Amino acid sequence: MSVFVVLEVRNGKITRSSWEAAAAAATLANGAPVTAVLLGANTEPLAAQAAAGPVARVLRVEHPLLAAYSSDGYVIALHQLFQKESPTHVVLPHTYQVRDFASRLATRFGQVLISDVIALEPGPTFVRQLFQGRMNAIYQSAGVGPCFVSVQAGAFRAAPLSQGTTSFVPKMPQEDPGASATEGSIPIEFFTPTIAPSDIRTTASEPFRATSQTVDLSSAQLIVSVGRGIKDAANMPIIQQLAEALGAELAASRPICDSGWLPMERQVGSSGQTVAPKLYLAIGISGAIQHLVGIKGSQCIVAINKDSNAPIFEIADYGIIGDLFEIVPALTAAINAAKS
Amino acid sequence: LKIIVAIKQVPERDAPIRIDAAGKWIDESDLQWALNESDAYALEEALLLKEKSADPASEVIVLSAGPERVGVTLREGLAKSADRAIHIVADDLASRDALGVARLLAAAIAPEKPDLILTGLQSEDLGLGQTGVILAELLGLPHASLILQVEVVADGNPQAHIRAKRELEEGWFQTIDLPLPALLTIQSGGNKLRYATLMGIKRAKMKECRILRAADLAATSAPVVTLASVSLPHKQKSTQILTGSPAEAATALVEKLKTEARVL
Repeated sequence: MSVFVVLEVRNGKITRSSWEAAAAAATLANGAPVTAVLLGANTEPLAAQAAAGPVARVLRVEHPLLAAYSSDGYVIALHQLFQKESPTHVVLPHTYQVRDFASRLATRFGQVLISDVIALEPGPTFVRQLFQGRMNAIYQSAGVGPCFVSVQAGAFRAAPLSQGTTSFVPKMPQEDPGASATEGSIPIEFFTPTIAPSDIRTTASEPFRATSQTVDLSSAQLIVSVGRGIKDAANMPIIQQLAEALGAELAASRPICDSGWLPMERQVGSSGQTVAPKLYLAIGISGAIQHLVGIKGSQCIVAINKDSNAPIFEIADYGIIGDLFEIVPALTAAINAAKS
Repeated sequence: LKIIVAIKQVPERDAPIRIDAAGKWIDESDLQWALNESDAYALEEALLLKEKSADPASEVIVLSAGPERVGVTLREGLAKSADRAIHIVADDLASRDALGVARLLAAAIAPEKPDLILTGLQSEDLGLGQTGVILAELLGLPHASLILQVEVVADGNPQAHIRAKRELEEGWFQTIDLPLPALLTIQSGGNKLRYATLMGIKRAKMKECRILRAADLAATSAPVVTLASVSLPHKQKSTQILTGSPAEAATALVEKLKTEARVL
């Protein structure tokens, strides 16, 4: 067994979801060594960070054309690396960037990425969600090549770096990353892929925000959030009245903002804002994972939904199952009554 | 500008999902079916591009694989003014993995030589989010995923290329340029979806819907990844469900939030 984890970097730091992927890789390896892969033009500042993780070896994949992410560049570099290294498993965090290149990379090996995995079971088999979180499915790979797996944010617990993990003794980052393995330190190695400028067919701009964000939901203490269950823009006033009664900020799941019923800046979830209020009231929100990742820091979650099997009830503290058009006005009335 | 939009028919969003007797898939017997949401946005983007294109020969082709019922969804695309449809009739999609399905689609797309291929970002049923990206690799085309808006720059010129707005995480975006031909996977919400008009529905009946048999496409392959079983998820938290009339449940909830959760 030879397990690799591909780490993602943002703002000069290895991301939390990368460490979660590393934890999943360690679980999968079950004691076998895990190799961490870093990509970039210069990964020097990251090598020590990577070596502090639950990994036995760090591979720095460096090329000037990897300075910025491109699907072509990443696929070429990782294809060459894994052809040389022949891993049995490659674990990646299920981020937007990974979603952009990992299935292309897997296809180049004649393999299929098992995407957005929430749990590993002996075998190994891989658990992922279907129908927007309403059902779980167990997948297995029959492939003979590397098995590519991306893991959902929050599904695996990243080990605190300073303490290492149960399967790995904490190790000091090595001072000279160019050196080969020495006793008691993690080997840090280089791989230089062959990439030509013409191989990279896309040109991407620097990231930008669409509008200056004027609503900061991240510090809101009380949030009333609405989803598809509201059915029509004309029904929005009952939600606004509830938010007013509570003195809460108004928020929504993606489809509501896509429809223009609330501005994009009030969207909560992986493509919107991450919130951590005392109270998050989810009304007519089924609870697709893209939404749940944005609210899991909430102290108390209340769900109002007609479907008792909606995934929002998996994380809600309190729930009312029924017609939101009856329950929401009743709740507004109950809150006003409690105030007086 | 020749655009192919690969679309998928999925169970309607509110449809009750039941596990079948074998525990391997859902019971499809009385399900209602609909066009996958992000695929509807992909179709919308394609139709807008065609309408904006200076090339009078521009066309939009909707493509889907699946059993006979998929024809209804393809007709819906034609009613929204796609020009023609290709239906890969296949009853064995459940036994194919993402690569197996993409191979079918690629075999149908390749002879058409489109300038642009659009797919939705991911399906609402399997949620793999991979078909488009795999297709790009099989067809040897550049791709970009999570696209919200598309523009053809220098349309009609040999230098024509795609400029697209790509969604990043946490409210960030970037612009990405790609040469043609290219493949884009479209995120929901980039445009306002159109409805089929009565005239559109009438016209759709006259439009070509070509039938291809999966068996004739020579795109079979043993699956690399297989779905072993499905189950209902375990609850992570025990939710206190408040019952009674709406007024009773609401009053009980306010009481709990004040005295138990202490968040009000």
